[in-house]
Amino acid sequence: MARLVIDPVTRIEGHLRCEAVVSNGKVKDAYSSCTMWRGIEVIMKGRDPREAWVFVQRLCGVCTTVHAIASVRAVEDALKIKVPRNADLIRNLIMGNQCVQDHVIHFYHLHALDWVDVVSALKADPAKTSELAKSISSWPNNSVTYFKAVQDKLKAFVERGQLGIFSNGYWGHPAYKLPPEANLLAVAHYLEALDWQKEVIKMMAILGAKNPHPQTFLVGGMAIPIDPESQNAINAGTIAALNKYADMGIEFVEKVYIPDLLAVASFYKDWTKYGGNSNFLACGEYPEANGKLWLPAGVIKNKNLKEVYPVDHKKIMEYITRSYYTYSKGEKAGLHPWDGETTPNYTGPKPPYEYLNVDGKYSWGKAPRYEELPMEVGPLARVLVAYASGHKEIKEVTDMVMKKLGIGADALFSTLGRTAARGIITLVTAYKIKDFINELATNIKNGDLKIANTEKWDPKTWPAEAKGMGWHDAPRGALSHYIVIKNKKIENYQMVVPSTWNLSPRDHKGVRGPVEEALVGTPVADSKQPLELLRTIHSFDPCMACGMHIVEVREE
Amino acid sequence: MEKETIYEGLVRRGVSRRDFLKFCATTAAVLGLSSSYVPKIAEAMEKKEKPVVVWLHFQDCTGCSESVLRATKPTIGQIVLDVVSLEYHETIMAAAGHQAEKSLHDAIHKYKGKYLVVVEGAIPTKDGGLYCCIGGRSALDILKEVAKDAAAIIAIGTCATYGGIPAAKPNPTGAVGVRDIIKDKPVINLPGCPLNVENFTATVVYFLTFGKLPKTDNLGRPLFAHGILIHDNCERRGHFDTGEFAKSWGDKEHRLGWCLYELGCKGPFAYHNCPTIRWNDGTSWPVMAGHPCVACSEPKFWDDYAPFYFADSGSRDSFFAKATKIGLGAIAVAGLTKRENK
Ligand code: SF4
Ligand code: SF4
Repeated sequence: MARLVIDPVTRIEGHLRCEAVVSNGKVKDAYSSCTMWRGIEVIMKGRDPREAWVFVQRLCGVCTTVHAIASVRAVEDALKIKVPRNADLIRNLIMGNQCVQDHVIHFYHLHALDWVDVVSALKADPAKTSELAKSISSWPNNSVTYFKAVQDKLKAFVERGQLGIFSNGYWGHPAYKLPPEANLLAVAHYLEALDWQKEVIKMMAILGAKNPHPQTFLVGGMAIPIDPESQNAINAGTIAALNKYADMGIEFVEKVYIPDLLAVASFYKDWTKYGGNSNFLACGEYPEANGKLWLPAGVIKNKNLKEVYPVDHKKIMEYITRSYYTYSKGEKAGLHPWDGETTPNYTGPKPPYEYLNVDGKYSWGKAPRYEELPMEVGPLARVLVAYASGHKEIKEVTDMVMKKLGIGADALFSTLGRTAARGIITLVTAYKIKDFINELATNIKNGDLKIANTEKWDPKTWPAEAKGMGWHDAPRGALSHYIVIKNKKIENYQMVVPSTWNLSPRDHKGVRGPVEEALVGTPVADSKQPLELLRTIHSFDPCMACGMHIVEVREE
Repeated sequence: MEKETIYEGLVRRGVSRRDFLKFCATTAAVLGLSSSYVPKIAEAMEKKEKPVVVWLHFQDCTGCSESVLRATKPTIGQIVLDVVSLEYHETIMAAAGHQAEKSLHDAIHKYKGKYLVVVEGAIPTKDGGLYCCIGGRSALDILKEVAKDAAAIIAIGTCATYGGIPAAKPNPTGAVGVRDIIKDKPVINLPGCPLNVENFTATVVYFLTFGKLPKTDNLGRPLFAHGILIHDNCERRGHFDTGEFAKSWGDKEHRLGWCLYELGCKGPFAYHNCPTIRWNDGTSWPVMAGHPCVACSEPKFWDDYAPFYFADSGSRDSFFAKATKIGLGAIAVAGLTKRENK
């Protein structure tokens, strides 16, 4: 049996370490560990709740915006503030834009190199790549000359010997299955996506002042004014610009991302056998005018798509038995975030170290559980819950994807299913953004310029004590923030974030977290080059700065 | 084979001579250099080999890397493939684990004394630095080792420069910026939360053109980006001077783009070029979009510049009292008090 360590796990946000036990070419057991801690919740204590979003947004700059949204929602819940529809619409646009851009970056820049062999692209016949491109999409960059040029650039780059970010990849690994033509196509789109992402995100820059870390959120609404008669507010010109970036999003997702995803997936269908989980949680997202959420919330247990349970945040408990913390109620206790405690208790090896002590505590991440069960959150959870609930757009696109790949719904419980689900969610969201823009334009036409509810802006209007929680189904999954306000200040601030769910260590019962569980059974052709493990880890799109902030503040 | 120059790299990627000169001109503008410097910049780009860059992530949120990914002039594709040779960057490099470690090791040995180090994120110093470990080693150890043979260090974002958010009170992990640890190497500070990529590009180009780091203020920030108060370059300054203030979110004055000072704007205290270069290819910046500046380029802004909002004149007055006490932007405060008394 070999003990395999990947540290750092790259092409993710933040610092993740993974240890696996491999025997007979398969993963027997796995441990995921967060190796960085900043203590953001400790920092939140005593601050102005209206500012919390500015701080917690800095949990993560990759999934920027998501913590800001969950934060303003938590404070609005605590102070019973209803935000104007326009504010919800602007937030929906920011969230939607983030989802589309972030998932495309994930596919091409963080995940693709697990499936695409860059060096093999050098052997491709550009004419064949052009044929392939034309057969799967009407995207205009598809000529032989174009692919030849990309290949020449790549060649020159490799020949100069300064491989930069591509150096020391697992090139030539036997688990790479794409023909050279497809590899060249993917490399070309890797570069195109780099250029596209900085443009499409301008929707957020317009509405949020900048990206990453937009700066127009507000408890009670948004700080960006609307006025068709002003040049310093959202006006007709803004709406036109938003439409431009929305179309740019749809076009790329429809014509590049989805065709590439399907083409790559068709060579890796055996990856529907690995990397699955059984329990899923989605918290729902995108408030509609009727007060409902466009994407539904729900819990799925034991892969049973026939039953979707409602979500109740009170059923969330966090455990620290295998995490670097202690609880006053004992090592096996589970605490709801509102009652959470955090006392760091590092018992791991002193750096520099070779192996973690995986029989004891081994991560800065806590283990959140829902009714004592680990839950996978993220695109796959969102798609499965919506699919099982009969959501029209999700059902249509999911059925289309399954048909094209010739797989059934069972196959979705896998690494490939997770990667496909991300594409599905991106496509339906890219379309939905247009509806939100249209609704905003109609409101403006009808004279509704309201962007913020300021009745409770002044802390003098607040109760002496209040507590609230905010959900947000972020690109990486269900996110929840919890706040307790006392004497106009933050008394307690806590967050249960997507990567805490997915990358969680074992719990009080020794049950593995979702990524750990998903890794078991993964084939490993060469334990010195654990490419296969990276496929499953990356399919979750880990975001570790988020995942390991976890420390709660509590007044003794 | 000979290593190619930056210009050759750009040409290979299909950049025309005209666009290349435009890039040199934009960079000169960001740097605050007259157009007579454009040929000098161009010449350096044509002659110099791509500098090797090693990028370290510590207690960060990757927001600064994301900001760099939004580069437009030149694009990020051009930066990572042509302008520099990026040998180590955890977020985008292909290699992982031991292979990634090897990339780092190879780069600092092969290019000893020549490579640039970019640091993103703060460095925890409490408890032997165990709050941030990569490959089983502490950030503190890694920084010291990598800095040892570096030509220069660029600290990006308010975390790497001054500790940033992990260092906000009570600084649970003893987080500090690069200059608190590395004393014997040139370190330039490019703060901002995140930093603005245009200031990053300009700094790299300056270094290549003149062979040294740009002139800085007493906080180690380049004067070209941090030499002037936001307030002095702000498009709403006219409204400030005539006493025209937005008082509430979405009120008529807010919609018309009046000054945000009474809502909490910290532009009078922050030295940053946001109003001139803006963000995301010149798309917008906070004041332009209707939200006050939070002074993210200033050390300890998380503590010293809070509250970010003024609910009433009481909170504003107490902020000024605090600002005067700790000696923030003394001139600005004096100016503001004077205008208050008018
Ligand atoms: S300075 Fe801001 S954006 Fe940059 S790493 Fe720190 S928190 Fe993130
Ligand atoms: S106070 Fe702020 S909004 Fe007003 S002029 Fe100064 S920087 Fe601009």
